[in-house]
Amino acid sequence: MSTIVSLPDQSTATLPKVSYLNKEYGLKSWLLTGDHKRIAVLYMISITFFFFIGGAMAALIRLELLTPTTDLLAADTYNKVFTAHGLIMVFLFLVPSVPATIGNFLIPIMVGAKDLAFPKINLLSWYLYIAAGIMMICVLVFGGVDTGWTFTTPLSTHYLNTNVVTAGLAVFVAGFSSIFTGLNFIVTIHRMRAPGMTWFRLPLFVWSHYAASILMVLGTPVLAITLVLVVLERTIGIGVFDPSKGGDPLLFQHLFWFYSHPAVYIMILPGMGVISEVISTFSRKRVFGYTAVAFSSVAIAVFGFFVWAHHMFIMGISNYSALVFSLLTMLVAVPSAIKIFNWSATLYKGSITFETPMLYAFGFLGLFTIGGLTGVFLGSLGMDIHLTETYFIVAHFHFVMVGGMLMAYLSGVHFWWPKITGRMYPEGVSKLAAVITFVGFILTFFPQFILGYLGMPRRYAAYPPEFQVLNVFSSAGASVLGVGYLLPLLYLTWSLKYGKIAGANPWQATGLEWQIQSPPLTENFAETPIVTHEAYDYEWLANKTRNEVQTVG
Amino acid sequence: MEQQQEHHHHLHVPHPDMGPSEPTHHEEHIVTPKVYLIVGASLLVFTATTTAVSYVDLGEFNAVVALAIACIKMSLVVLFFMHVKYSSKLTRLTVACGFFTFLVLITMTMTDYISRAWGRW
Amino acid sequence: MDSQSVAAQTVETGHIEHEHPPFLRHHFENVAQQREAATFGMWLFLLTEIMFFGGLFCAYLIFRNWYYPAFVAGSHSLHIWAGTLNTTLLIISSFTMAMAVHAAETRVRRSLMGWMIVTIILGCGFLCVKAYEWHDEWVEHHVPGLNFNPATLEHGTKAYPDDTLAPDMAQKTSVYFSLYFAMTGMHALHMIIGVSLLTILLIGAYKGKYVDGHVAPIENFGLYWHFVDIVWIFLFPLLYLISRHQ
Repeated sequence: MSTIVSLPDQSTATLPKVSYLNKEYGLKSWLLTGDHKRIAVLYMISITFFFFIGGAMAALIRLELLTPTTDLLAADTYNKVFTAHGLIMVFLFLVPSVPATIGNFLIPIMVGAKDLAFPKINLLSWYLYIAAGIMMICVLVFGGVDTGWTFTTPLSTHYLNTNVVTAGLAVFVAGFSSIFTGLNFIVTIHRMRAPGMTWFRLPLFVWSHYAASILMVLGTPVLAITLVLVVLERTIGIGVFDPSKGGDPLLFQHLFWFYSHPAVYIMILPGMGVISEVISTFSRKRVFGYTAVAFSSVAIAVFGFFVWAHHMFIMGISNYSALVFSLLTMLVAVPSAIKIFNWSATLYKGSITFETPMLYAFGFLGLFTIGGLTGVFLGSLGMDIHLTETYFIVAHFHFVMVGGMLMAYLSGVHFWWPKITGRMYPEGVSKLAAVITFVGFILTFFPQFILGYLGMPRRYAAYPPEFQVLNVFSSAGASVLGVGYLLPLLYLTWSLKYGKIAGANPWQATGLEWQIQSPPLTENFAETPIVTHEAYDYEWLANKTRNEVQTVG
Repeated sequence: MEQQQEHHHHLHVPHPDMGPSEPTHHEEHIVTPKVYLIVGASLLVFTATTTAVSYVDLGEFNAVVALAIACIKMSLVVLFFMHVKYSSKLTRLTVACGFFTFLVLITMTMTDYISRAWGRW
Repeated sequence: MDSQSVAAQTVETGHIEHEHPPFLRHHFENVAQQREAATFGMWLFLLTEIMFFGGLFCAYLIFRNWYYPAFVAGSHSLHIWAGTLNTTLLIISSFTMAMAVHAAETRVRRSLMGWMIVTIILGCGFLCVKAYEWHDEWVEHHVPGLNFNPATLEHGTKAYPDDTLAPDMAQKTSVYFSLYFAMTGMHALHMIIGVSLLTILLIGAYKGKYVDGHVAPIENFGLYWHFVDIVWIFLFPLLYLISRHQ
């Protein structure tokens, strides 16, 4: 199979003498760093840790659901397990996944800056994340919380005696971690671009992160105040969500989903940014319709604020407002669809190769499309009444979040691994892992669409026996999926010591990050770059490598 | 020492190829204490007004007038104390986005509450 | 009459920018870029605050319309002198904070410190009045969840004898007070944080830190302070001035 990988001669190649990794040694130099690249690495290690805890929760769920009765876990415990799975996966993995790791690492380099605008706030963001993670672990240790990740009132405020307050505060802290990351990105992108780096020369990865950052800054605070009100209601006893005191439980849901719907775009947009970069590189072709993709990212962010009540269609909102939100939900799908079209058009007549990042990107294209389309089904009121709170919803969001976002994250990790570490991952086993992940995913989650359509409710530990066969398929798929996720953990760690030396630009990609050494210097650029070429300009790259000696740090 | 401020001349004109990250120099305008004094006094007058008006029966319009006066006070603080009148387009766009998102939260939530029981709002 | 004056240092600033003052962080090209980035960052943070308080205002709007008579009674039970006084204190403190920024921009250390001290005192004054009010509400049994009893509101007061409420509407005054404490509490928390930060900045000002061209911290703290003032500008009529003519 052909490949575009171009590595330096391994018999003589070495890592650069000085890079951000060895500039300073010692724990303090990492824990008190201002270097965005080191913070990105800290994040990467942390979110991987929490991903596997969330994954363990998923394993328990799928084990329990092998049989129709509650034989592995009591119903209350099952509630705690899926709540932990949701909270950890959403707030401690998906929201920071690409932005805090790959975004933190790359945004300054991609715009041509030496660091983010506020390095100390960047570090604070990581510490807030860790604090939130510790609080979440405390929740687990002290008996868990069983509200579901959505904290729906009045269940969470009135009817439970589990660790709702601690969990709510953990999410509150994680939210501020997210806000500070987004704030940093927006200021950096606006104010620290290198000379010549105009908005429309930026990689689409930057546009996606810009759009996601707007959502982080404007949406997350509403979640914060909502959780504060839940905590006050549980501790002091104020009654804004309590019907017996005159409050409205639906108000909680309005405020909660006002953030949590844009949150799903916070989660997916950075992943879409990765896909733009990967598809372009492995088709050797500029992204089709750059402007459309850039504006679609911002459109997704803006429209994403107008649709939140589609999570509440059956909850008692008025039919008239449900109609309004349903119509707007149909519209919000359009910019996402535009992106899928444009990525497909990028592939058309490109020189496609199938390295691991591209395999994950292909997986994204198919699975996100399916997930996104099922979202449109759910946006239609009649369908939603039948399908909501069933496994159809569970399948829908796992297709977009796991089939979409997690695949995009893995694509990005593999794509930029050589830049971050200076070493290549082993291509053979990584391709295998990608395929295993794809197969395992489909086996796990496709049956859940059918289960949902047939009427199996979500968040139930026990189910009618006629649903067992599909549940067994799903659980079997989950074990395959687990292998698919464990393999990268193993071989990526292995590659840190034994991987091939990558050199500055193993993918022969465009983009400022590929013009500097791997791993980069602490200050990224020896001197401020002056940008004269458009994004994804493969001709410029060809001329450059033909005419110039490539300088490696 | 007052110099005539010419808004059309900047200290360095950005080169066409240079990135637009050049500073805009707006933040170097210094607002005089006189302006602050006038704005501060106006705010106090508006405060007295809103308190006084609340004792007059205007029916539904009490709330409207109170909110209108509050908006005027807010505008004075934003434009002069917070220097937005002298700030870059980016700052103004940022402030506008904040208000817009706040309004989206309020109005779209209200579509539910208003239409739950038509006429009995 | 020109209402703006360009800093006398504008021309010289061009030269100063090419030197490296100690407060210039290495990842910025020049002081102007650093200052603009800091201000932009503070504005973005204020956007988060708009949305944070926004959730509370949204709740207020809904419940005021559902339980208007209860809100009227609740509002009448507040001391209008306290609310007006607090509004006055905050407005004056915004003025003094703006003057502090001016002093930093014109590099006059004693002025800067003076205005900062006055702002701190006014902020503390606000908090004292608030504390008195909250104590009063505690004594009157108006604290939802802790000692709430609407008895004092059911039958009208001396000032508002027509404020009688049906028993179920009287119960709803707890919603009014829930929002009252949540909103003024959140506001007071922001005031406490503000006064604390300002005190830290005052220590820095004493050491001469903000009169050497490094105006950004004072400027951006000023933005925060004015924002907290704006929140109160809305809280005052919404909480204190509901239908006072009755």
